[in-house]
Amino acid sequence: MNPKTPTIGGKKNLITRRSAIKKMGAAAGAASALTLAPGFVRYVQAQSSAPIKLGFQVHSTGIGAAYGRWYDRTTQAAVKLINEQGGISGRPIELVSEDDGTDPKRGAEVVEKFASQHQVDLVFGTLFSHVVIGAAPRAGELKMPYFVVSEGYHVASGSLNRYVFQPGITDVRSQVSSMAPWIAGNLGKKVTMIFPDYAFGHDHRDYFSAAIAAQGGSIAALLPIPPTESSYTKYFPQIPSDTEVIYHVMVGPGVLTFVKEMGEHYGSNRPQIFGFVDSLEAVDLASPGLEFLEGTYFWEANPRYAGPNQTAFDKFYREKVGVDANGASVSDPKDISTYSHMFGCWETLYVIKQAIEASGYQGPADKARLIEATEAMTGFSASNEHPQGDKLFDGKRHQCYGHQFISKVEGQKLSVVHQTSIEDGQYENDTDYTKQSL
Amino acid sequence: MRLRLADRRIWGLHLGLIAVLFLLQFVLPDYHHTNVARILVLATYAMGYNLLVGYTGLLSLGHAMFFAAGLYGAGLSIYYFDLHPVLGFLLGSAAALVFAIAVGLIALRTTGVAFMIVTMMFAQAFYLATLYFNSITRGDEGLVLAPEARRFAFFGLDFDLAEPVTRYNMALALFVGGLIVCLMLVRSPVGRVMVAIRENEERTRMLGYNARDYKLLALSLSGLLSGAAGAAYVLLFAYMGSTFAGIQYSILPLLWVLLGGVGTVVGPLIGTLLMFYLIDKTSEVMSSYLIVVGAVLVLLVLFFPKGIAGTLRARYARWMP
Repeated sequence: MNPKTPTIGGKKNLITRRSAIKKMGAAAGAASALTLAPGFVRYVQAQSSAPIKLGFQVHSTGIGAAYGRWYDRTTQAAVKLINEQGGISGRPIELVSEDDGTDPKRGAEVVEKFASQHQVDLVFGTLFSHVVIGAAPRAGELKMPYFVVSEGYHVASGSLNRYVFQPGITDVRSQVSSMAPWIAGNLGKKVTMIFPDYAFGHDHRDYFSAAIAAQGGSIAALLPIPPTESSYTKYFPQIPSDTEVIYHVMVGPGVLTFVKEMGEHYGSNRPQIFGFVDSLEAVDLASPGLEFLEGTYFWEANPRYAGPNQTAFDKFYREKVGVDANGASVSDPKDISTYSHMFGCWETLYVIKQAIEASGYQGPADKARLIEATEAMTGFSASNEHPQGDKLFDGKRHQCYGHQFISKVEGQKLSVVHQTSIEDGQYENDTDYTKQSL
Repeated sequence: MRLRLADRRIWGLHLGLIAVLFLLQFVLPDYHHTNVARILVLATYAMGYNLLVGYTGLLSLGHAMFFAAGLYGAGLSIYYFDLHPVLGFLLGSAAALVFAIAVGLIALRTTGVAFMIVTMMFAQAFYLATLYFNSITRGDEGLVLAPEARRFAFFGLDFDLAEPVTRYNMALALFVGGLIVCLMLVRSPVGRVMVAIRENEERTRMLGYNARDYKLLALSLSGLLSGAAGAAYVLLFAYMGSTFAGIQYSILPLLWVLLGGVGTVVGPLIGTLLMFYLIDKTSEVMSSYLIVVGAVLVLLVLFFPKGIAGTLRARYARWMP
C-alpha cells in the first residue's frame, strides 16, 4: 500500500563489523592526513573567519520541555568546548536557539526562520518524532541540512529526505531489536508487552515482537494503553499467568501511577520486568512509588549512574556538561538529567564539526558538499567527542548505530549488567537517500 | 446600478485587503513570505470557525476534527492512492463537510455548554481514532507527502506546491474564496437569520424560521471551510499528524477569533496574524515568552473586549460586516 515503506532485503546494505572497522580506519586515516596538512587547513581557514551559525531547534516548552532543558545544557557545553578548542575550521560556532513548543507546525516554522531570517548554516537538535517529521519536509525544500537527535526510526525508514541526518543517537528500531537476545537468554522467552497505543509504542510492539521471535521467544500478550488512561489496574489481570517477562514502555507522567499499581497487583511474586528508561528520564529513581522497580531491568542508551566500568570519555563529558555520578545536575542533586538521550546533542555537534571540516564547507553554496561529506562517514570511535561509545554510520540511511546498555535497579540506582554489540541492533532495509537529488 | 455608501465601503475594505495581501508577496522577505502563506490558511480555518461562533452564536470546542478531516482526507488519499492534489483537496473538504453534517445532526440537539462538551467529545474521539489507526495514519508521528505528490498539472499549467510563489498564491486563493463566501453569506438573508439566532433563538423561531436547519447549515459551512483549510495545509506544507486533531487546535481558532473580533469578517485574519507574530517575536527575546503572550492577551481582552476588529467596528465603523 505505502510505496515509501521500506522493504526487508538489500543484503548488500548490511554493515558488518569487519567492513565497518575498515571504513572507520580509513576515515580516521583521512582525518589524520587532514590534520597533517597544515597548508590545506590554512587555506580552508583563510576562506572565512566568520562564525559558523548553527540553528538549535529546542523543545523549551510543551511536552518535550524536560528533555529540551538538558538538550540545551549539553549543547551549550559542547559549543563552549568546541569554541575553546578553536571552533570548526578555525571559525567559532554561533548558536542560535529557537523554541518550537514541541509542536510540528511550529517546528516547521522554526526551520523556516533559521533558514530565511537567521540564515544559519545548518539546523540541529530536534527530539520529538512528530516535530522532526513535521519540520523535515521544509528542511528538504529549503535545502537546509537538518541533524536531528530524536532516536525515531523516521530517518532510517527512508520517509524523510536527503537533508535529514541522525548521526548522534541510535534509532528505536535498532535499540529495541538489540534487547531481545539478552532478554531471551536471561529473563525469559514468553513476553507480555505493555506500551502506549500510539506510534512510539507501536514501534516497540512491532520491532521487539519480531526480534524476540527471532530468538525463539514469543509474545504472551500485547497490552496497548490508550494515551488518555490515568489508571492501569484493569490491564494487569490481562497479563497471562505464564508470562515470564513484562516488557513496559510508558512515557509521560502516568509512569509513577503505572509502577505503583503494578506493584500493588503483583506484590513480591512477580515475573521478570524489563522497561525502557524513556519512562523515567528526568525522574529520580528514589521517587516515592517507584520502590517496586527494585530488581527490575531497564534499557539505557547511556548509563545514568557512573559505575565501575565508567570510561574516561564519559567522565570527561559528564564533567563538562555538569552532571554528577548519579546523573543529576552538579548544582542540584534533585535535578535529574535525560542522560540516555542528551549525549546525542554532544555527539551530533562533533559530527557536524567533522563534516564541515571534511567537506571544506565555507558557506551555503557548499551545502551539497556538506551533505555528501556526511554521507561518506562510516563510523565514530569512542572518544571525548563520542563519549557514549563507538558507532557505525550508514551514509545511505543517514543513521548511526551504537552499543546499548541493560541496567538493573539496585538500591534505587541503575547498575549496568550488559552492553550490547552493535550487531545486535542491526536490521536490513533498502533506504538509500543518496539516490535523491540535492 | 449604484452601490450604497455602506456597500462601497464594505467592498472597498475587503477588496483592498485582498489587493494588499496580493502585493505583499512582492515585498515580503522569505521568512515572512512563508509565514503569511501559512497564516492565510489558518485564517481561513478561523473564518470557518467564526461563521459558527461569531454569526450563529454556537461555541464549538471540536473544530480540530473538521480541520483534521480535511487534512487527512486530502493527505491520505494522495499518500496511498496518488490522487491528483486538486481531487485530494476536494475530497478532504468533502470529508470535513460530511463530518460536520453528521456531528451537527447529533450535537445540535444541545445548546450552550452542552454543545461545547459534545463537540469536544466528538473531536476527542476523532483524535483518538487517528492514533488508533496508527498503521494508516502513523498517529502522532504523522506522515509526509513526497515532493512529487505535490507537483501537478491543472488546465495545462504546471504547479509545484513546494514553490514559495505557488504556495503563497494558493493560500491567498483559498483565503479569498473563504472571505468572499463569508462576506456574501453574512450579508445575505440567510446570514441575517444566523445573526438573529445568535441574538435570540426563541424570537427567531417565533418569526417562523426553522432555527435547527439554519444552525445545521452554519455548522456545515463552518466545517467545510475548516476542512478546506486543513486540506490546503497538508498540500502546501506536506505534513499530516494527530497533533492537528488535538484539543489545542480546537482552542486556537477560538483564540484567533476572540482576539481579532468575533462576528467580523476580517477579524479572524487579524487574530491569526497577531497571535503568530506575538509568539514569534517574543520568543526571540526571552525564553519565558508565553507569560508575555498571556499578559498581552489579557490586556487585549480588557481594552478590546470585542476583539480588535469588533472594537474598531463598535467605535468607528459600524458598517463593517
